Amino acid sequence: MTSNQVQTTNVRFAGLGGTGVIKASDIFADIVFRLNHTVKKAEVHGMSQRGGSVQSDVRFGSEVHSPMIPDGACDFLIVMEPTQIDVVRGGLREGGTLIVPADIDTTKLPSAKALNVAMLGRLSRHFDFPESAWRESLRANFPEKLHIANDAAFTLGRTP
Amino acid sequence: MSQPSQDKSGRLLLSGNEAVALAALHCGVALGTGYPGTPSTEILEAFSALGGKAQWAPNEKVAAEVALGAAFAKARVLCTMKHVGLNVAADVLFTMTYSGVDGGYVLVVADDPGLASSQNEQDSRRYAEAAVAPMFEPADSQDAYDLLQVAFATSERWKIPVLFRMTTRVCHSKSPVTPRFASGVKPTASETGAPTTDFVRNIAGRVMVPGHAKPAHRRLRAKMAEMELWNISQGPNQIEKRSESLGIITAGICYHHIREAEPAASILKLGMTYPLPLATIRAFAATVDRCVVIEENDPWLATALRAADLRIEAKDDSIFRFGELSVDRVIRILNKDTSPEPVPPRGKPPELCKGCPHTTSFEVMKELNCIVSGDIGCYTLAALPPLATMDMMIDMGASVGMGLGLRHVLPREQAKRVVSVIGDSTFLHSGLPGLVEMAYNPPETGHVLMILDNGTTAMTGQQEHPGTGRQLDGEGTHKVSFEAMARASGIKNVFTINPVRERATLKAVLADSLQKDELTVIIARSPCILAAGRIAAWDKELKAKENADAPPETGACECGGACNS
Repeated sequence: MTSNQVQTTNVRFAGLGGTGVIKASDIFADIVFRLNHTVKKAEVHGMSQRGGSVQSDVRFGSEVHSPMIPDGACDFLIVMEPTQIDVVRGGLREGGTLIVPADIDTTKLPSAKALNVAMLGRLSRHFDFPESAWRESLRANFPEKLHIANDAAFTLGRTP
Repeated sequence: MSQPSQDKSGRLLLSGNEAVALAALHCGVALGTGYPGTPSTEILEAFSALGGKAQWAPNEKVAAEVALGAAFAKARVLCTMKHVGLNVAADVLFTMTYSGVDGGYVLVVADDPGLASSQNEQDSRRYAEAAVAPMFEPADSQDAYDLLQVAFATSERWKIPVLFRMTTRVCHSKSPVTPRFASGVKPTASETGAPTTDFVRNIAGRVMVPGHAKPAHRRLRAKMAEMELWNISQGPNQIEKRSESLGIITAGICYHHIREAEPAASILKLGMTYPLPLATIRAFAATVDRCVVIEENDPWLATALRAADLRIEAKDDSIFRFGELSVDRVIRILNKDTSPEPVPPRGKPPELCKGCPHTTSFEVMKELNCIVSGDIGCYTLAALPPLATMDMMIDMGASVGMGLGLRHVLPREQAKRVVSVIGDSTFLHSGLPGLVEMAYNPPETGHVLMILDNGTTAMTGQQEHPGTGRQLDGEGTHKVSFEAMARASGIKNVFTINPVRERATLKAVLADSLQKDELTVIIARSPCILAAGRIAAWDKELKAKENADAPPETGACECGGACNS
């Protein structure tokens, strides 16, 4: 077997239904797509609103084939819910980056609901995308009343 | 649906479902109809959001029949459902291929290999062959967008309904789409080429009595022979010549797994899988040393090709027939690796939401030691611990019939414990004939049917249905009364109880009903907590409108008088 020569970045969002996993992955896919990358995104809907485990894969690069990240090939794994870390950890490649709620000072979050936005802020440190691209996508994907809180949550995650 | 992402070159990031909806708009589809079912549900919602006319039918059979009437009138129609929905619509499918259509008719059927949210892993390609319906299979969103246009052209050219098979990963994965028309543009009829609707009488073509159906069957087979030749010469199939040592024949999402797993392989990607372009496949197979068929679910392609005397390899069905394929599994298939696959750690299973009114209903049934004949919806989760209070669930509407069957044969003490439990949308989908059976052939011990009415099709994401009083896009319409239906069917005891606010009453009424040898319908009505806000806002708006239109009535409840309040 020859290995995949195409450079694809694999980012997986994981957690429980209702914790903002799908929303965070939608926003991330939106950002990379607007920056003219080819993007594919895969998730399983269905019972995700019923509090069960949820995963959403975003893959991007010059060319992307399967929308699903192969076993153990995640470059980034963002887990929104502490109980799910051990369940999904095996998806991370050696040397890949794990981002978990403990990476955020959650006492400073404007609301518990904004954790996914802070996690996106934490993720943003690893990409040289313009900061404005992240903030514009957050505004486009949330109602106006949440913009100020989201800006604060994003800053909380992004600032080292 | 929020606005889709758009990049600088005008490409849109769409799910397969959204791509089908956009293609339908760009094809000038006059009507979209279907019944919600994961993973197909978002197609009609997206079509409606784009400005298309889309509506939910009570079930897939009715949807397919509404679509057929529209296609007899020369319209372009889209009908959507999940794989098991096609079982419900199979009756019309098997004969509308005989009659054919005058417009364009595409029936989207969404399979669920791996059972992300389904009761089985059935393979709809069997229906194409059995019902003699042409079938297209997109691999991603762009493919779905492009192939839907080919599907309509095929339907109109051969005057035949066409099946469009998607799978969970094609429906729900997002990938870039370059559309024919700019985002936000609704093309005119002349731009889409959609025909003008018209009724032209054709009794011999549309009344399928034996004398008409015998020649219709011959016409159908002749159409298929023509279509096979077209599929060979001009079909939407793609040959990618690379390695001469390995060639892979595939369709759908597997194409992308293969490109990643084995980039050097030559590939024949089929876009139209029925009737198969056998000559194309034969020619491709002859150019490679090793030819492998990669397909999810049943060995449908492999069996067809082997029957045509093609020397091909296929997956080991003792392993790979189960579940969806992936890059890792394609590598295993190509390596003939049948070693045990890694088992991912078990995630947290879904559960009924905190505060869900269904929980109370099932707690009461558990306390009364009921034998519960269940049905399909969120409430099926009551079968899992801690409730573990559903004893059977097979298909839509089955709770009523199965419950009656149990009552007919069980010893009296056990029969008296049997309750049939069904949700509001599922009841209207296919529980109604069961209700009629209950009144027509009542068991000696009577029976109790509980309709759990949470005011929405919650399971698939809170869609409207004929019992909500609202259409797909939220427009108000006639609201079907469960109470009136039960009484009209001949059920003596009909109760409406709020399981959350009147828990004690529910328990007392259910216990009393189980004691009597009579027929009882209990409507446990309390809104889904996820939809409650929206339902309340709509009801408020409706009441305000009614108050403005007419002088207020006193004592009227929302059942339309059926409960005699």
